[in-house]
Parts: sequence; C-alpha cells; structure tokens
Amino acid sequence: MRRVYMDHAAGMPVDSRVFEAMKPFCRENYGNPSSPHSYGAIARNALAEARERVAQLVGAEKPEEVIFTSGGTESNNLAIKGVAHRNRDKGNHIITTTIEHISVINICKHLQKQGFKVTQVPADKEGLVDPEKLKDEITDKTILVSIMYANGEIGTIQPIREIGKIAHDNKVAFHVDAVAAAGKVPTNVEEENIDLLSISSNDMYGPKGMGALYIKKGTRIQPILQGGGQERGLRSGTENVPGMVGMGTAAEIAQKEMESEGTRLTAIRDKLIKGVLDTITSSYLNGHPTKRLPGNANLRFSYIEGESLILGLDMLGIQVSSGSACTSKTLEPSHVLLAIGLAHEEAHGSLVFTMGKQNSEEDVNYVLESLPGVVKRLREISPLTPKEMLR
Amino acid sequence: MYSEKVMDHFMNPRNMGEIPDADGVGTVGNPVCGDLMTVYIKVEDGRLEDVKFKTFGCGAAIATSSMITELAKGRTIKEALKITRGDVADSLGGLPSVKMHCSNLAADALHAAIEDYRKKKEAKK
Repeated sequence: MRRVYMDHAAGMPVDSRVFEAMKPFCRENYGNPSSPHSYGAIARNALAEARERVAQLVGAEKPEEVIFTSGGTESNNLAIKGVAHRNRDKGNHIITTTIEHISVINICKHLQKQGFKVTQVPADKEGLVDPEKLKDEITDKTILVSIMYANGEIGTIQPIREIGKIAHDNKVAFHVDAVAAAGKVPTNVEEENIDLLSISSNDMYGPKGMGALYIKKGTRIQPILQGGGQERGLRSGTENVPGMVGMGTAAEIAQKEMESEGTRLTAIRDKLIKGVLDTITSSYLNGHPTKRLPGNANLRFSYIEGESLILGLDMLGIQVSSGSACTSKTLEPSHVLLAIGLAHEEAHGSLVFTMGKQNSEEDVNYVLESLPGVVKRLREISPLTPKEMLR
Repeated sequence: MYSEKVMDHFMNPRNMGEIPDADGVGTVGNPVCGDLMTVYIKVEDGRLEDVKFKTFGCGAAIATSSMITELAKGRTIKEALKITRGDVADSLGGLPSVKMHCSNLAADALHAAIEDYRKKKEAKK
C-alpha cells in the first residue's frame, strides 16, 4: 500500500542532514558549553554556530538575540509572561486574537487570573485579522500585542508587517508566534518590526523538543525559569547541545530551500484543493485561498465527521488531521474553526492536510483517487446526507 | 487507539441503512456534539426481525451502531431492552475511555426505537 503522510503540522521527520549534524554531539562531543576545558569549547562553538544560523533565518541583527527553548509552547510562555510581568509597571493590557495557538490562548487566560486584561481581536471568515481593528484596541495600558504569523491549522498568513508597524508606532512590544510559518515563508524581524518571535525546530525538519525565541535587543523581559543563568539568564538549564545543533542545521537548510520548496508545495497544494472542490460535492476550503501556508489545505465535508474520515483514509495509507471534537483532548471542535464562524457540525467535518518535503504530485493524485470513496461511504452511513446526494 | 473489532465494524458496518416501513425509529445524539445515530426496528411477534442504523460520527459511533444491530437482531423486545452500553463496548473488545461517554450511544438509540414502537402500538389501540 502506498504511504502518504500529510500531517506535517503534527509531526515531521528529522532531515537526514540534520540527523547527521546532531550525531557527534550525542556520543563524542558531549561536553557542557559552560565548561572552560576543551570539551566545553567544542560545545560552545557548536552552539554559537547554531545560534547564528537561527538568527539568519529570522533576519536577526545579532545572534545573541536568539534564545534556545524546548519548543514553541515554551517560547510563547517566555515571550508573553516574560514581557507581561516585566512591564507590569507600565500597564496590564495585552492584545491577541481569537485564532491563536492553544498555548497563547491558555497563557493569556492564566495572566487574566493574575489581573492582566486581554483583548482578543476577531478574525474574518478566511482567518484574517484586520490591522485597523487591532489598532483600535490599543490603549495607554497596552504592553504587548501577540499574534501568530500563520495559522498551522487553516494556513492563513496574517498581515504581520502592517500590525508590526502599528505596534511599533504605539511603542507596544510585538510578539509573533511564527511556529507554523518559520522556515516555510520568509520572516524578517527587522523589516516587520517584530520584538519577539517564537519558532519551533520540528516544524522545519529539526528534532522535537527544541525551539527558539528571538528577543530584540532592548526588549524588557524577565525569565520564567530560575537556575544557572544560561541563555543570557533568560532560559536557565544545561543546554541541549545536540538539539540546538539540529535546529541550527534545520534553520540553515530551511533558509536555502524555502523558495523552491515553497513554490513546489504551493503548486501541489492548489492541485489538491482544486481537485477536491471539483470532484466532491458539498466540500469547502477553510482559510484564505491565496494568503496561506504553502503545504496547507484545510477542507471540510458536509454531513460527515472528521475522525471517521481520518480512520478511513488511514486504512488507505493516508495520514491527516481534523478539527473535529472527536480528535481533541477536550472533546471540543477546533477553536480556530469556530472563531472564523463555522458551526460546530461544520467544524466536525474538517480535514487538515499539511504537506512536506517527501510529498509529491503523485501523492496528491493518490489522495484525489482515494478521498471521494471514503467521503461517499461515510455519507451513505450518515443520516444527515440528503437522499438526492446518494442517488 | 481502537480494537481490531471496532475497526472491522467501522470499515464493514453490519445492517447499515434505513427500514422504510420501520415499526420503531430511535434517534439519539446531536450533530453539534459530533455524534448522531438513528436505529430502525421491524418487530414481529415481539421479536426484532430486523434492525438497521444510520450514523453521523466518529469511528466509535459507527462501530457501536453496527454492533447494536448484531446484538439486537432476533432478540425479543424484553431481551433487547436489557442490552446496555457496556455490553456494546464489551462486544467490541472495549472502547477508549474518552469514547465511552460521547460515542457509545447505540444502546440508547435501540431503546429509543423500542419506545417509539411501543408508543405507536399504544396509539393504534
């Protein structure tokens, strides 16, 4: 059976070049970067190189503006909590959106309990946030604007440059959760007026459990972990050198291959979307048709439920995700799909295809051959399907 | 996540479809929650001669619907009313705990269909 893995937003393979780069730092060069001896120096140099590569990917002026973390969730925690608590004397208001990653949403809920005020700016039905609406929410108490670069689920890419300018003009710190976007679309912290940028290693073929936070020099922030003062005191704990080396290599490869890979993925993504919409009745695209991540196609199918679609496709060797409640830990459908105005039953019928390096046009053809039969079978089982559709 | 038996009933559901002249129809669940199932029964001499289903929902919802038709078919009304949610889950080799509550509605749908049958019978008298 053909195997077509299209769930890259959930987990990616580590690039073989990344794996090779990491290997010596597990068994041979295992020194601690803080040690003054030669083993320490090897680790220290590797770390500096990795930092430099990540800094280049995001367009940072100085490598030391990059802090390594354990992943996107920790980067978001450090950015939002770190800025909020450090700037409490200036204000207590944070502006974010309704379609953020669950980590940002829950960090903000946590801060609300501690007396911070949080405004969630809505997104339109294609998932876009209106910069003007966001601007209207800024008050003299606003200390942070936090918004995602692109949504990993519906793929929509936000007008970051415009929002960055608004935050900058109003002297409000600007945090961008670029976990889903970094390495896939160009991000430039200098040109886009970004003060803090969260990125994750596994979302660009690096190892899991690694991330980074870009912090512009001069940004007022405090650590959330207390310890030995590693990472300029902002992220204590002995450095995960193999992970950092892996992430650095992943960042370097992503930067080199972003343009060609982006073009390729956009073409097969559009073929998949068009193929599905043309051949399956009552199917719809979630998110923006053009302002979307290269490998992301979020589609929904009326009258059927996402988990059963996932299982049906898995039996044919195709792996995808869904925004259905039945696939979530909370048994609630995707908050992103609800926030862009879908009804619960519409959100249940969504499928998320996230394509990556190993996916080809042949894979898309295989999905287009397989999916209609799975949808048809489940619609035959469903009591919601209109009778005329089954004839 | 699911047992082989669940996957078998999901991929090859038994007794799927409607009974146009059903003696009783029971629907439980809600598409808003992600699960909706309808069970149709045909009764002769106090026995469930035929049982069919239609279901909107996850793999567990479809598999439990399929299983209830197998468990109920040929049984007397009295026997069918004794079939519980737990019986359905056990017959499928177990269900993930998160699915026990939300998707294991098939026994309820069967009981609702029997209730509907009884009401219709009452009305005819």
